[in-house]
Order: sequence, then structure tokens, then C-alpha cells
Amino acid sequence: MGSIKLENVTKSFGDVAVIPPLNLEINEGEFVVFVGPSGCGKSTLLRLIAGLEDVSSGNIYIDGADATGIRPARRGLAMVFQSYALYPHMSVRNNIAFPLKMAGMAAAEIDRKVMGAAEVLNLTDYLKRRPGQLSGGQRQRVAIGRAIVREPKAFLFDEPLSNLDAALRVNMRLEISELHQKLKTTMVYVTHDQIEAMTMADKIVVLRKGVIEQVGTPLELYRNPANLFVASFIGSPKMNFLKGKEAARHDAHTIGIRPEHLSISRQEGLWKGTVGVAEHLGSDTFLYVTLADGSQVTVRAAGEVELSHGDSVYISAETDRIYRFGPDGLALK
Amino acid sequence: MQTALFDHKKALVTVCAWAIGLAIFFPILWTILTGFKTEADAIASPPLFMGFDWTLENYNEVLERSNYFRHFMNSVVISVGSTLLGLLIAIPAAWAMAFVPAKHTKDILMWMLSTKMLPPVGVLIPIYLMFRDGGLLDTRSGLVLVLTMINLPIIIWMLYTYFKEIPGEILEAARMDGATLWSEIVYVLTPMAVPGIASTLLLNVILAWNEAFWTLNLTAAEAAPLTAFIASYSSPEGLFYAKLSAASTMAIAPILIMGWFSQKQLVRGLTFGAVK
Repeated sequence: MGSIKLENVTKSFGDVAVIPPLNLEINEGEFVVFVGPSGCGKSTLLRLIAGLEDVSSGNIYIDGADATGIRPARRGLAMVFQSYALYPHMSVRNNIAFPLKMAGMAAAEIDRKVMGAAEVLNLTDYLKRRPGQLSGGQRQRVAIGRAIVREPKAFLFDEPLSNLDAALRVNMRLEISELHQKLKTTMVYVTHDQIEAMTMADKIVVLRKGVIEQVGTPLELYRNPANLFVASFIGSPKMNFLKGKEAARHDAHTIGIRPEHLSISRQEGLWKGTVGVAEHLGSDTFLYVTLADGSQVTVRAAGEVELSHGDSVYISAETDRIYRFGPDGLALK
Repeated sequence: MQTALFDHKKALVTVCAWAIGLAIFFPILWTILTGFKTEADAIASPPLFMGFDWTLENYNEVLERSNYFRHFMNSVVISVGSTLLGLLIAIPAAWAMAFVPAKHTKDILMWMLSTKMLPPVGVLIPIYLMFRDGGLLDTRSGLVLVLTMINLPIIIWMLYTYFKEIPGEILEAARMDGATLWSEIVYVLTPMAVPGIASTLLLNVILAWNEAFWTLNLTAAEAAPLTAFIASYSSPEGLFYAKLSAASTMAIAPILIMGWFSQKQLVRGLTFGAVK
């Protein structure tokens, strides 16, 4: 239960084609993350799966059955919205119970399920409250609770953490991951944050302008980005790109080196440069270095590195971790 | 120094506000006072403000001469009935316009509003004939119908603006949760829009209560509401200011009292969404 397949799906708003023909398979029990910059069509894609938008052409299969024209509630999917979208006039209990009530379930059964979900999500003490009286994290948990009780074939998350502060976001990220381990239900998760994608996904789908740039596990994308876009989007800090002479030396139009694959030394190295900004995080140090030819690179050095603005340094790269790209932006094998 | 200046300004504004408020209220106050005067005092020159002999004579006579209660009940049925019927039509209409707008939704809204710009007398004859042929003249149901039509644009416009304030995601959540269109409107949209719906309801009851053109032209005796009751005192037998005032006071009192008790709701609804 819980496989989703998109076959030649397209979506246009008026004359604007948001999603050109797109094919994708999501396996049962997978945690799939759609990631990409804003406007890349990831939310639209999720809404097409949910049935909140109609496809312009193509088919959507849920568990092998054609669900293209079926209305949202009948698809057996549950969605958690960015704004939580709780019913402000209902108590937490009634919010969670709402989908069950709509399904015409018996009151005793509803009660049992609501209590079960509330326990899983630590909401038992808040059942009588209204959403307005809850913190952001609690509201998000209510939204998840409302999704859980339906025992859906798959969960759809539309940027659920973007309204939370940084610390809470890390917590909720963990909670959602744990929930996935526990329920083993298919989850489709939309985010623009590549860290969320890397930390939570079994499979990442990188989107740009409605087109799938690459699909793979987090480490596959990290190790073998298919093109410049994926290479620059996945990984933090971003990959460094060098063109011209340095690239030509590797028989490529552009070469890419991740900041963590560069090493820094005061004495010797491949390239000479000057430190512009040094960010000391304790566990890591990020150094923004201007090379002799004027190009900028970011270096990630482990631990505490005592370098600061204006220091002269030498930089070397791990040669087997240099990515090569052709003039069309595609990775060279 | 600055605070003193600020206090000065504030006092001035307060005085102005009270002055304007009293000026607006004065005609109503004058009507109420005149209702307690004798006919002679009512037309005295210079006018008597307070120093007159208070009397309930006018009220007695008005109550004796006409069936106040029947007019009152007609007013209640017509204003409440037309408002409820209007809401029943307007809630789904405003839902559609706010949440699933089509290409010409804006045009339709403008067109509906434009019907309010037509002078009612322009359609009096066709409507009168339709009422005559349909047997609706001087019936409560006929008036409910015509007032619903008259106020529907305003009801839809008001609800439309309130509904626009409700985030669409919440309705989508309801759709995902298995709500049918009907349960979405009944369980989610309507309770969330209660302040807006309540003020629309109140305002429309007031508008319908005070509506005089159609209620006077389409009724004779049976379905005549309080507007007709007032009008019957500006009779050709001569002007009876005091009795006219007493009748007017009795006609506006219920709606005035209702407005007074619901003013908080009214103001809240009318400024809904203005401050967030």
C-alpha cells in the first residue's frame, strides 16, 4: 500500500506550462523529498498528487489504480500544509477527529483513535485547546495528528517546517523521520531546504522549472550530481566552480570541488590565495578565499583554524573528488 | 509640554466627534421628543425643546387607531425572512466567487453591484405587474422575495469580502480530510465566517426593516410593515406631527434597540479584516 506513479503528467496555468511532461515513481514506504528553488513546481507537483489541482494531461496512479480524476478525499492521502491549516474554531480533539467524522466513523472509535494519535504526538494535555492557544511546534503536531488518524496510503508534506524557528525545525525534522520509521508509510515531502532533503529522504527528487533534474539517494546526489544545477544545489556550503585554465587542465568546461574536499595550509599547496572572511563555527571553519586569478572559493576546514581576514594561504584539492562538467552543464564521466 | 499639546488636540477631537454624533442623532431625538408633545406643542414656534407638557396621548391614539402589532410582525417576518433567504443563496454564491473564481467572477460582482445603481422606480411597473399577475401583491412572501432580490448584491459582496480573508489552505485541508462540498461549507467555512455572517445578517435586517419604497408600493393592508404604518400618519386629513412622531418612534424603536445591543458585533464585522 502506498506506491505512487506519475505518467507523462503536465500542468499548465493558462498559457504557462508549469510542469512539462513528467514521469516519476514513488515506491511503497519510501520517504521521497521534492527539493528545488522556489517556483520550481515542487508544490504544484504535490498538489497534483493530492488532487487539489487537476492535471492538464497524463495520469497519476496510486497503488496501481488510476487516480487521475478522483477527488482528493477518495485518494486516501493525507496532507500537512505549510500554514498547518488547522480549523481555528475547533478544539485540538475535534481537529484531529475531523477526517474520521467525515468518514462517518462511530464516536467511540473516533475517540480511541484520537487518543492514540495524541499520545504518539505528546498532545494529550492539549486536546481541549484551540489551535490559537498552541505554539508553532504543537500546531504542526496537531496537523500531523490529523493526518495520522486517517491511516492514509501516503503522507504529503508541503514545506511543513518553514514556519518554525531553527531549533524547533531540527526537532520536528527528527520527529517526522522517527514517525516514518514507526509507521513505514510512504511520505512525500516538499522543501526548498536541501539540508531537510539530505537528512530525511530515502530518495531525493531535484526539480528546476518543473523538470526533474535528478533522482537519487542523498549520497548518490552528493557523490554523482548529474549536472551543474544539482551539484550547486546539493551540499552546504555550496560547491566551488572554476572555469578557464584550471578547468581546461582537467579536460572540462567547468570543474566543481566541494568546500570539504579542499584543504588549506600556510606553507604549500596548489593555489595561492588570500582569506576574505573566516567563519568560526567551532566544529568547522568556513573560509572564503580569493585566489590569485581572482576566483572565489569556499573552504571547509575541520575544527578550529586560526586564520582571519587578509592571511595568505595555500589551497589544495582532493584530485579524485573533482567534478567535471561539459559546456552544456552536464557532468562528464 | 508636548503631552499638554497632545491632550489639547485630543480634547478638541473629542468635542468635534461628540458634536457630529449629536448632530446626526438630533433628528431621531427630536422625533422621540415630539412624540410626547401635544399637537399644539409639536408645531409651536419657536420650537419647544424640553419645556412642554409630557403626554402619552399620541401613543394611546396611535395604538387605538391602527394595529401596531400586525405591522410589527409583518416587519419582523419580512426583514428576517428576506435576510435568511438572502444568506441561504449568498453563502454558496460568495463561496464560489471567493474560492473558485472563474474568468468573469469580477465582472459578475460588478454587474450585481450595478443593479443597485438603478433607481428602483425604474422597475416599479414591471415588478408591480409581475406581482399582480403572480398574486403576490400585499403578501408577506412577495415582500420577502423582492427584498431578498434588492439586498442580495450587498449580502454577496459583504460575504465575499469576509470569505476572501479565510485562508484557502484550510478549505483544502477539509477537502483532503474527506469533507464534501456541503460539509466544507457547513462545518468549516461558515463557523469561521460567523462574525462576518452575523454582521451581514444584522445590517440586512436593518436595511430591510427600513426599506420604504417597495414595502409601500407593493402592500395595501394585509402585509403592510411598519414603514406603511408610519406613512399612514402623513395623511391628507392634515399634518399630525405628534402622532406621526409617536408612530415613527414605535417603528424605529425595535431596530434601534437591536442595533444598540449588537453594535459591537456590527462594528467588528464591518471592520473585519481591516486590521489584522
